[in-house]
Amino acid sequence: MVNKRFHSVTLDASKCKGCTNCLTRCPMEAIRVRGGRAFIMDERCVDCGECIRTCSYHAKVAMTDDLGIIENFEHRIALPAPSLYGQFYHAKSIAVIIEVLKHIGFTDVFEVAKGADIATRMLQEELKNPDRPKPLISSACPAITRMIQIKFPTLLPNIVKVKQPMEVAATMARAEYSKKHSVPKDEIGVFFITPCAAKVTAVRNPIGQEKSEVDGVISMLDIYACVFPILNKITPDENIKIATPYGVGWANSGGESRATNINKTMAVDGIENVANVLEEIENGRLRDLDYLEGAACPGGCVGGPLTYENKYVARNKVMQLVSELPCERPEETVPCRVLNSYDFKMDTPIPENCSMQLDEEVSTAIEKMERINDILESLPGYDCGSCGSPTCRSFAEDIVRGYCNITDCIFILRDRLKVMAQQMVDMSNTKRE
Amino acid sequence: MIAESFSVEKGDYLRAGEASTKMKNMLKKLGIGGSVLRRISVAAYEVEMNLVIHSFGGTLSINVDGDYIWLISEDIGPGIPNIENAMREGYSTADEVAQGMGFGAGMGIPNMKRNADIFNIESELNKGTKISMGFLLGGGNGE
Ligand SMILES: Nc1ncnc2c1ncn2[C@@H]1O[C@H](COP(=O)(O)OP(=O)(O)OP(=O)(O)O)[C@@H](O)[C@H]1O
Ligand code: SF4
Ligand code: SF4
Ligand SMILES: [Mg+2]
Repeated sequence: MVNKRFHSVTLDASKCKGCTNCLTRCPMEAIRVRGGRAFIMDERCVDCGECIRTCSYHAKVAMTDDLGIIENFEHRIALPAPSLYGQFYHAKSIAVIIEVLKHIGFTDVFEVAKGADIATRMLQEELKNPDRPKPLISSACPAITRMIQIKFPTLLPNIVKVKQPMEVAATMARAEYSKKHSVPKDEIGVFFITPCAAKVTAVRNPIGQEKSEVDGVISMLDIYACVFPILNKITPDENIKIATPYGVGWANSGGESRATNINKTMAVDGIENVANVLEEIENGRLRDLDYLEGAACPGGCVGGPLTYENKYVARNKVMQLVSELPCERPEETVPCRVLNSYDFKMDTPIPENCSMQLDEEVSTAIEKMERINDILESLPGYDCGSCGSPTCRSFAEDIVRGYCNITDCIFILRDRLKVMAQQMVDMSNTKRE
Repeated sequence: MIAESFSVEKGDYLRAGEASTKMKNMLKKLGIGGSVLRRISVAAYEVEMNLVIHSFGGTLSINVDGDYIWLISEDIGPGIPNIENAMREGYSTADEVAQGMGFGAGMGIPNMKRNADIFNIESELNKGTKISMGFLLGGGNGE
């Protein structure tokens, strides 16, 4: 199932008008418009979903699994991301939301917020390790991790080596269910309910581990549609044990930092904002910071591209639900037994992604850069996107990489046509003489 | 050889760091990473901030030439009266504005020296300051 080129975010070519709206908004400069339609450059896209938000024609879509996929297993566990709790404004408690999932086909539910509780404990341990670089950078948002692989490779050592809460939860869910019901592990299907495309890609093409523990990823929008009509008819089991307020709090930007219970943390949301702060860290600023929590989405996961509810409403709903939980910390609820008997540390390195590089050889890259600079001088510098590249600089780079031609610039083309027209006039004049 | 230069204006805190960012992006495109990039990033930012904070304005240039990457800052004054002092950790003449923004620990020049493989500073009062830093490609300091 591992596929290095897989991306959840894809283009529905039948809907794309080639309008260039998404082109300039992609934080990775990963989109090009050629021949009247957009293309996503696989090696640069981080599945942040920004283009899904901006496309007025809904031509950018996130590939997820259909809810029907759960039928492949007799035993099916739902793993709701904590951001799901913010989607239901009228839900009386988290218990109701957990219960309702059992009414749409799941046999059991394991909260990803519990995975976040465990991840919090692991994170606290890693923060105590004096050999780790500062600040440590959260590994929870896969879009941010991928951006670091491409744009900030010098910060790769700073990424926390703890698996994402989704993976932690999947491992725990499967193990506990298997033990409790005496079912072989491979007969249990574990399904993540996702707020975003980045997590879908992170399951198909895992970060820091060989293989994902998740068997399928279902969009929060699809779940919302099934759950909403029946939510009020549900009587929950109020005795079930919910994750701590800190684990649930991971849904909002700032939640992770609060969970660590240390002071020198910083939470940044919105992928461009995170990029700016990473830039500062690379410059050696923020030296006294211990932890950076970066979320690609505005507001954190409650602002994910596959959520239904307005992100501010969702944020507040999560806070309200959290305030009704018993005041417990992960240190109290996560038993040492769990930390000792499972390994939730990443076990494969997170490599640099060299897709920004002009060439493998520095000397050839320098030659290419010289050509780019020469071409750039002849371009108007409007960054208008009409050529199909996001900026004049990226257009010059695309020419040198062999992706397009200088006359794709409408201003260059116009000038050339003028010259040609003049030459034709001159030519016909000469003939007449 | 490839070279680019950027002008940096006195007191322009809003654009401060822009030149360093552009230089970093250029190096990343050239496939220069790891410890060299990390060290250049720090040195470039410190030297750029000094132009903003302490100089009347100047230029920052970078060139990649054979085995070395050169980072050169040249300004139009006021010059440093005592270079030995300026090189000392903790020595700073940063004003309140700069201090309010978190600068003025007197660590900039010591940091540059520590991170560069070659470090050279010349300054003449009322004329200007020139700092040249060389970074050995694929190795050098700390590797
Ligand atoms: N380009 C320059 N022109 C004039 N004086 C300078 C220049 N660069 C540095 N200095 C002087 O050298 C001193 C030390 O510089 P350094 O960068 O080490 O510390 P700082 O800028 O004061 O504080 P920090 O860099 O830690 O924020 C400065 O306070 C200033 O007096
Ligand atoms: S998902 Fe993000 S990175 Fe990928 S093409 Fe869309 S905007 Fe660009
Ligand atoms: S912030 Fe959360 S929802 Fe948004 S891309 Fe990252 S993990 Fe997904
Ligand atoms: Mg300084």
